[in-house]
Amino acid sequence: MAEAQGQAKGAAVALGRREDGAMIGIPRRSRYIAHVALILGILIVAFPIYYTFVASTHSLQTILRPPLPLLPGREFFNNYYEALFGGVGRIGGVDVWTLLLNSTIVALGIAIGKIIISLLSAYAIVFFRFPLRMVFFWLIFITLMLPVEVRILPTYKVMVDLNLIDTYTGLIVPLIASATATLLFRQFFLTIPGELVEAARVDGAGPWRFFKDILLPLSRTNIAALFVILFIYGWTQYLWPLLVTNRNDMNTIVIALRKMISFADADTQWHLVMVTCMLAIVPPVLVVVLMQRWFVRGLVETEK
Amino acid sequence: MSPRVTFPHKVLPYLLVAPQLAITGVFFYWPASQAIYQSTLREDPFGLNSAFVGLDNFRRVLSDPNYVNSIQVTAIFTVATALLAMAVALFLAVMVDKVIRGRDFYRTLMIWPYAVAPAIAGMLWLFMFNPSMGTFAYMLRSAGVYWDPLLNGNQAMLLVIVAAAWKQISYNFLFFVAGLQAIPKTLVEAAAIDGAGETKRFWTIIFPLLAPTTFFLLVINTTYAFFDTFGIIHAVTGGGPGKSTETLVYKVYNDGFVNLILGDSAAQSVILMVIVIALTAIQFRYVEKKVHYG
Repeated sequence: MAEAQGQAKGAAVALGRREDGAMIGIPRRSRYIAHVALILGILIVAFPIYYTFVASTHSLQTILRPPLPLLPGREFFNNYYEALFGGVGRIGGVDVWTLLLNSTIVALGIAIGKIIISLLSAYAIVFFRFPLRMVFFWLIFITLMLPVEVRILPTYKVMVDLNLIDTYTGLIVPLIASATATLLFRQFFLTIPGELVEAARVDGAGPWRFFKDILLPLSRTNIAALFVILFIYGWTQYLWPLLVTNRNDMNTIVIALRKMISFADADTQWHLVMVTCMLAIVPPVLVVVLMQRWFVRGLVETEK
Repeated sequence: MSPRVTFPHKVLPYLLVAPQLAITGVFFYWPASQAIYQSTLREDPFGLNSAFVGLDNFRRVLSDPNYVNSIQVTAIFTVATALLAMAVALFLAVMVDKVIRGRDFYRTLMIWPYAVAPAIAGMLWLFMFNPSMGTFAYMLRSAGVYWDPLLNGNQAMLLVIVAAAWKQISYNFLFFVAGLQAIPKTLVEAAAIDGAGETKRFWTIIFPLLAPTTFFLLVINTTYAFFDTFGIIHAVTGGGPGKSTETLVYKVYNDGFVNLILGDSAAQSVILMVIVIALTAIQFRYVEKKVHYG
């Protein structure tokens, strides 16, 4: 045994293992190659966003005469000021702030709404016994198989009948029911030991007390992870806002952008389109990057 | 495991599940049942009368050359997007697994596209490859390539595939990194000591052990390419030029909302529903399997 270990150690030394935790069999040269490949990979992955940023700092004339310079231009303040505060960057008479506000309301509404109703229904299904419990569980579960795309027209008709076109309710509520969040919370609740519930009950805590003082604090990490995923989900919605908004002042920024470029002609203010594009990209990217730890954990663990 | 300790309440649990069930009923089950019902009806052009026609709508839809074209488009688009997004992500994940320093730095930069809306991802690539102002379109033309995705169907397809795959790289990357970390290092090192080179170790040890992750991602990427890429196609090509990028989901939208052929659109919805059910079933069979091995 000791001999075998000695041999392995010898082999490791022979293969160039170092004391810094590097793996056996990966020579320093191939680590350098890996770094080079990764830097190239990042250049490709990040380039479209960088390109848009560069374009947003140039004048309209520069953009229309390709190739675009690789470095940001001098129009950064002019363009961003004009898009944010000038009258020219308006899309169908709506300023960028309204669009950003709409997107924020929709993304937050979907994220928070989904978390609340999923917490409640998962709580009921795990911590209570009542007739039809499993029927309800399956009713929720099957919605996994009914994305908006397969029921576009009839859902639109429901929205018209309920007068929900061009309302925040219409943009948010139909998207907050989904099985994934409920399933995630159910899975997590099932790992909570029954002794904890028993102890709470012996101490005289009712269901509300248990939920508020024990379950919620325990679910903090899961809620944070889910919040990031759902915020991105809400911010990047496309088909749904396209269907349920007609008025320009109810558009999300993604839909408004698409309208800006679809009327593309000689008069399109491309430099302002690029600024708007950056404004639509930056908030969700910030959320993902700043909350990276929870986001990655939530994504990989829930396999959403 | 002992039976779960629960709270003895009769009414409360119903109140707790009520919000979710109400929303699910109004916005999921009712419309879905309407889609199935409408798929068996035929409306006259003015929408005044409708008659029960059984499976006629399905027969017509499935024998429509445009629909067959749309199936082909979807197949090519889905396979190409999934393979490209997964291959690039796997390569980058394997590279990250080799380095010691800078992992977090690389990961932070790699997850950006996840936060970009599919429609905007499409627009970004369109800006770069737009024949009139895109820098890369300019470079391609200077190199003698006749590049115009707004007129050439194959080039349009290439553009939407690249944009769709680009957006999905982050997601696949995170899962492959997690999958690679779960592979026991001792196994790989043992092979190294036995003299297997890096390439050989990858194909004989790492890749087979990654199979569960790869399969899971294959299902997820297929679903993504099927449903979540509507924004990319709507924003970049609008299904065109001709019908060269009209996927199944885009066609449901187009027939229902633009051309107002309700019966056909409903029949297409029902066909899509069957596809989603199949994909979900595969996904859950796999999840069970993974739990078994895990």
